[in-house]
Amino acid sequence: MIRDITIGQYYPANSKIHSLDPRVKIVGTLLYLISLFTFKSIIGYALATAFLFGCVKLSKVPFKFMVRGLKPIFLLLIITVGFNLFLTPGGAILIRVGPLKVTEQGLNTAVYMALRLIYLIMGSSLMTLTTTPNSLTDGLEKILHPLNKIKMPVHEIAMMMSIALRFIPILLEETDKIMKAQIARGADLESGNLIQKAKAMVPILVPLFVSSFRRANDLAMAMEARCYRGGEGRTKMKPLIYQKRDYIAYVVVLCYVMVVFVAGRYIPFKIWIF
Amino acid sequence: MSIKLEHINYIYSPGTAYEKQALKDINIEIPHGQFVGIIGHTGSGKSTLIQHLNGLVKATSGALYYNGENIYAEGYHMRELRNQVGMVFQYPEHQLFEVDVLSDVCFGPKNQGCSEEEAKQRAREALKLVGLKEKYYERSPFDLSGGQKRRAAIAGVLAMQPKVLVLDEPTAGLDPKGRDEILDQIAYLHETCDMTVILVSHSMEDIAKYVDRIIVMNHGQVAFDDVPKKVFEHYKELEKIGLSAPQVTYIMHELKARGLDVPADVTTIEEATEAILAALEKKGE
Amino acid sequence: MIKTDKLVFEYEKQDDDGNVIGVSRAIDEVDLDIKPGQFVAILGHNGSGKSTLAKHMNAILVPTEGTMWVDGKDTRREENLWDVRQSAGMVFQNPDNQIIGCVVEEDVGFGPENLGVPTEEIWRRVEESLRAVGMIEYREHSPNKLSGGQKQRVAIAGVMAMRPKCIVLDEPTAMLDPVGRKEVLRSVEELRKREHITVILITHYMEEVVDADKVIVMDHGHVVMQGTPREVFSRVDELKKYRLDVPQVTLLADELRKSGVDIPKGILKKEELVNLLCQ
Repeated sequence: MIRDITIGQYYPANSKIHSLDPRVKIVGTLLYLISLFTFKSIIGYALATAFLFGCVKLSKVPFKFMVRGLKPIFLLLIITVGFNLFLTPGGAILIRVGPLKVTEQGLNTAVYMALRLIYLIMGSSLMTLTTTPNSLTDGLEKILHPLNKIKMPVHEIAMMMSIALRFIPILLEETDKIMKAQIARGADLESGNLIQKAKAMVPILVPLFVSSFRRANDLAMAMEARCYRGGEGRTKMKPLIYQKRDYIAYVVVLCYVMVVFVAGRYIPFKIWIF
Repeated sequence: MSIKLEHINYIYSPGTAYEKQALKDINIEIPHGQFVGIIGHTGSGKSTLIQHLNGLVKATSGALYYNGENIYAEGYHMRELRNQVGMVFQYPEHQLFEVDVLSDVCFGPKNQGCSEEEAKQRAREALKLVGLKEKYYERSPFDLSGGQKRRAAIAGVLAMQPKVLVLDEPTAGLDPKGRDEILDQIAYLHETCDMTVILVSHSMEDIAKYVDRIIVMNHGQVAFDDVPKKVFEHYKELEKIGLSAPQVTYIMHELKARGLDVPADVTTIEEATEAILAALEKKGE
Repeated sequence: MIKTDKLVFEYEKQDDDGNVIGVSRAIDEVDLDIKPGQFVAILGHNGSGKSTLAKHMNAILVPTEGTMWVDGKDTRREENLWDVRQSAGMVFQNPDNQIIGCVVEEDVGFGPENLGVPTEEIWRRVEESLRAVGMIEYREHSPNKLSGGQKQRVAIAGVMAMRPKCIVLDEPTAMLDPVGRKEVLRSVEELRKREHITVILITHYMEEVVDADKVIVMDHGHVVMQGTPREVFSRVDELKKYRLDVPQVTLLADELRKSGVDIPKGILKKEELVNLLCQ
């Protein structure tokens, strides 16, 4: 199941979306997610669907991949839909199942809630599937750069994030090695209640912490040896520079947001209860 | 306490883009008490192979008999196997975690079900076996030097009183003196403790001095399996695999090729000296 | 290039409660004079002080007494710190713990980025350095999938991209397998030939130093032997005393010489011995 979490994974491909500046994708995704909460009509959802699916098509990421990312939240979806379906009063009663009743309002809210959740996940996933983690940190660093004026260490935070990303696979490997070594000494990581399982993690976590500190020390020394002294005076090997396609993308996103806001709120169009 | 591998195959990540056959049709029998060296380049499958011996990794197909019983049979107690087959991983000092050395060495025995007293007893014995002085027992393991940490980690496995001891690159990262000390210690353990010892390494010179038998792994298969002298006769093929025979062996082969009457299957300096002196005398006659 | 004058480095020894109970001399009055373009090897067992000495060369440590000059600059002076580090690049023992970038070419560019080198120039240097160590095909790879030897070569490229005058390699092969060791040493050899850069190799493997211009042996913080490889290798009994791994060919030659065979001292390579015996 861990492999099905698509938020955070990168799907390499050569698409228009992949080649966009990460800042465009970050801002665009954020605007899209916010826009999901600005309308209540079917027109809004139709437009949101069209936009999202259009982007997915452009990204060349297989649709199956995106759908797989919804598996982990399936339970959440069911609960959300269930609650809204059966517990929202308002409008005519459509179905009655014993003490539970489904109202018009209930169905309306449930469906829209579900759609919002699904599109939230798919939208965020699309961003991370088409942008490498390092591009994302570069993009965030550039976007948040003005915060330097209020003394927020933007560069340092971005550097920490990229180092963390670089070492995640190494730490995972190390955890595996330590686990094997302790299992070879008879450690039992599977049986027992929650407390016992937590205690069983100590022989894994302590060595992991110790080795992480050692790594951090070595890494700091190596960085200093290569003349790292913070963000001052640093140039970039891969600077983020907007291209024409990025400006076009910004315009498209802004248009979408405005249209969906106006159309979703002010155009009175209803199909049945939606 | 013999170990027998029959047609062992291991494929990892089957069905994915990363699928790889790490072990191909391995057939090996190791009688009790042997001192075996397993050599191979990185990626040859040697580490994967030894992890089968204590059940950490399950073969994709084939059978593994420990003391006559197939460990893949229904109902076999893997934990019992791990009590008998002790494994010391590379850089074992990375597994230390307890507040003091003695407690850490007690971890293994306690997991085996020993009482506090028994565990401490075994721990002390194990620590003596590896030559770690008593004054270190109450110290934090993180305060010890690198070599001492490694010994404490090995003691942690010895305290489980295994019948088979597997060591994966025990000399990794050590300087020459450290290397000799650890290997001498392991040879001493082999003699005094009636254990089968399996040593994995990529350093031929280390292994040649100590083991009874060398198994050479290459791309997941057994390339050679014989006594050291015989294995080093294949020094040209060993070179192709990315390994090398001890420097002395090369020298002897060269000398022989140039006409000096020396045996080529020499692996130690003492033998080489004798052989060369004898040959030179004969030449002088 | 690198010069020291009675260099001393001391650190405090603490007992179990953290109280200072004495001072330990990791380096005890060491005098060095390494000329530009030389290939100097520093040998010693673990704890001999060789790594501590190496860390003085790029001002990670500063002397407690005495002075260390790198390219004429005193390492104790703060204003020299970054110049010293740019002049003397260092490659460390652990291949993973010195690679910062998620992609090989980004890691090699890390040094030049820190120096404020313009973007275009960074790309030029990255390409040159990767070519020099033979890793150019891996430029867009993740470092995780590389072997130990390959990672160390990337680290060397990362240092070379800073255009240092001298490169210090602190036990670069200690954690590698024989194939990795050969790769790294070959890269260093080629670099030396091509760039005429000063190379200082810290190691405990004697076979790695046979081509050095000068070999320095350390023990307990002192320099106990200095000279050309041949001079140092000829003192077999002393080397054994300092717990060094004398190559088998040198030991064999020495044994034969002691038994009366007419062989000069200090045999470094097996070809030499074979030629001598077969005349």
